[in-house]
Amino acid sequence: MSDFRALFASPNFNISESFLPNINLQNQRNWAEEFIQNVVIPRLPEAVASHFPVEIGTVLVMFACAGVFVGVFPLLPLVLVLAERKVSARFQNRTGPMRVGPWGTLQTLADGVKLIFKEDFIPPQGDKLLFLLAPYIIFACSFAVFAAIPFSQGILVSDFNIGIFYIMAISSVIVMGVIMAGWSSNSKWSLLGSLRSAAQIVSYEIPLGLSILTVVMLVESLSMREIVASQSNGVFSWLIFRTPFAFIAFFIFFISSIAEVNRTPFDLPEAESEIVAGFHTEYSGMRFALFFIAEYANMFAVSAIAVTLFLGGWEGILPGYDILGGFPGFVIKSLALVFLMMWLRWTLPRLRVDQLMNLCWKYFIPIAFFNILGTGIWGLIFPEDTVISTAISCAIIYIGLIAAYKVAGRGLAQRPAPQPS
Amino acid sequence: MEFTLKTFIFYGFALMTIASALVVVTVRNIVHAAFSLMVTLFGVAGLYVFLQADFLAATQVIVYVGGILVLILFGVMMTSGRLEMHIRIERGQLLLGGVVSLALLMLLLTVIANTPAWKNLTDDGTKLPPTTERIGELILNGPFLLPFEVVSVLLLVALIGAALISRKEVRE
Repeated sequence: MSDFRALFASPNFNISESFLPNINLQNQRNWAEEFIQNVVIPRLPEAVASHFPVEIGTVLVMFACAGVFVGVFPLLPLVLVLAERKVSARFQNRTGPMRVGPWGTLQTLADGVKLIFKEDFIPPQGDKLLFLLAPYIIFACSFAVFAAIPFSQGILVSDFNIGIFYIMAISSVIVMGVIMAGWSSNSKWSLLGSLRSAAQIVSYEIPLGLSILTVVMLVESLSMREIVASQSNGVFSWLIFRTPFAFIAFFIFFISSIAEVNRTPFDLPEAESEIVAGFHTEYSGMRFALFFIAEYANMFAVSAIAVTLFLGGWEGILPGYDILGGFPGFVIKSLALVFLMMWLRWTLPRLRVDQLMNLCWKYFIPIAFFNILGTGIWGLIFPEDTVISTAISCAIIYIGLIAAYKVAGRGLAQRPAPQPS
Repeated sequence: MEFTLKTFIFYGFALMTIASALVVVTVRNIVHAAFSLMVTLFGVAGLYVFLQADFLAATQVIVYVGGILVLILFGVMMTSGRLEMHIRIERGQLLLGGVVSLALLMLLLTVIANTPAWKNLTDDGTKLPPTTERIGELILNGPFLLPFEVVSVLLLVALIGAALISRKEVRE
């Protein structure tokens, strides 16, 4: 007991000094205020400029930008929905939507218009207020994530000092919206779906967070800008190749992300063949569309985060050249991961609940902890990122891949051949 | 006091926190109370941002909203999926709750009155260094290493206990 008192009484710990800083919102450069100060005010007449309300103007600029963002961004899910239908069609040897517009490219637009004009049905036995609120929570959270994603050197809404941690925090709120939707519908399918979703998202957040920690240990920063900046020396400086542990962490991160956004093989919360449509069974019209848009926005968001953390962000393959770099490079890399998600969705069957939980708690979490330990040891052996450490890392990754291929191949060869029925 | 945008946002957050906290303790429906608690916790996170405690704000959201609140709702739904999930409040509980909150209020008021640094709390535009590094130093390399480890062990014990309780007895 006296030990504790000594700790709190020690001279280098002073609660009033260390924990009560000055109130101040200016955590970073405020671009909206700068826009007002440097662009708007010099163009105004003298008499108006001196009385111009800078702060209200700042808020208006911010609202305008957010409005443009929210207005433009649903176009991305629009494209992705079409891509999903086309990809699934290719996988199943079909053509997909072909009638509306050239090659069916306007199909999603037509579907969107249809959804807007449909009846917005509210279950009379449900909880009306929460039922109406739920889609907005999910929608708002999945778009708030984009505030911290660095699309390129210049296109970054806010360079938070705690960027990646902010993203984790905001995306962990999405599950509240899912639970809200499932509970307020007062339908057993919805409730089952939201329960599954809650269990799944809370479980998979742990390996997700731990694999992000691997990156944070290597970069020694939570800021998205600094994470990208540390990968600026070409493809071998990308964090995925920096250590073998980061390579493993990438796969844990990506698979857990698929689970977080509820896509096949982890789509238990909305398994069509079991519980109709899961938590959004009772939704119709525009509210259903909001769920849909949020799901595809999430898909792009997790891919973009994976690209930022592991695949170089906006940095290109060669140092100094913009090959696969800049804004187009970033989008191409993200869309490649989105395509990978679609590929997995139309290839793999759905997991059972017990398999889902086994995978997370018995495989991913121990591996992720091992990763953190390994990253720490790697950091002690190679305190600086050099050519030698990268070469050793790539060699280990290469050998590991070959070994995994051999082991997996042997396992597949030993499996009894399927008998024709 | 000058009424700036920051004070406006600050009072917005404060109002949000207090109003939703009142809803939490007055509403009869336990699920409504839980969702209202979500707004309260968000409001507190917002107030942390005003104190430039960015790391703490994100932790608040991730731990309380994304973790504890989800577990509360999970428990409620597992035990009763019905909409009419009401809490009965009895007089004894009111008395006990009143005493506890009064004691808490006194404690907080004492701390507020005895804090000398309040006069520094002016908006003079100074920028403080990010808190993440200092928190890490304090927890893993400073005076809070022992409490931190004790809490970790406690949580581990709780985890094992939960697994033990929920495990089915398998008889050979």
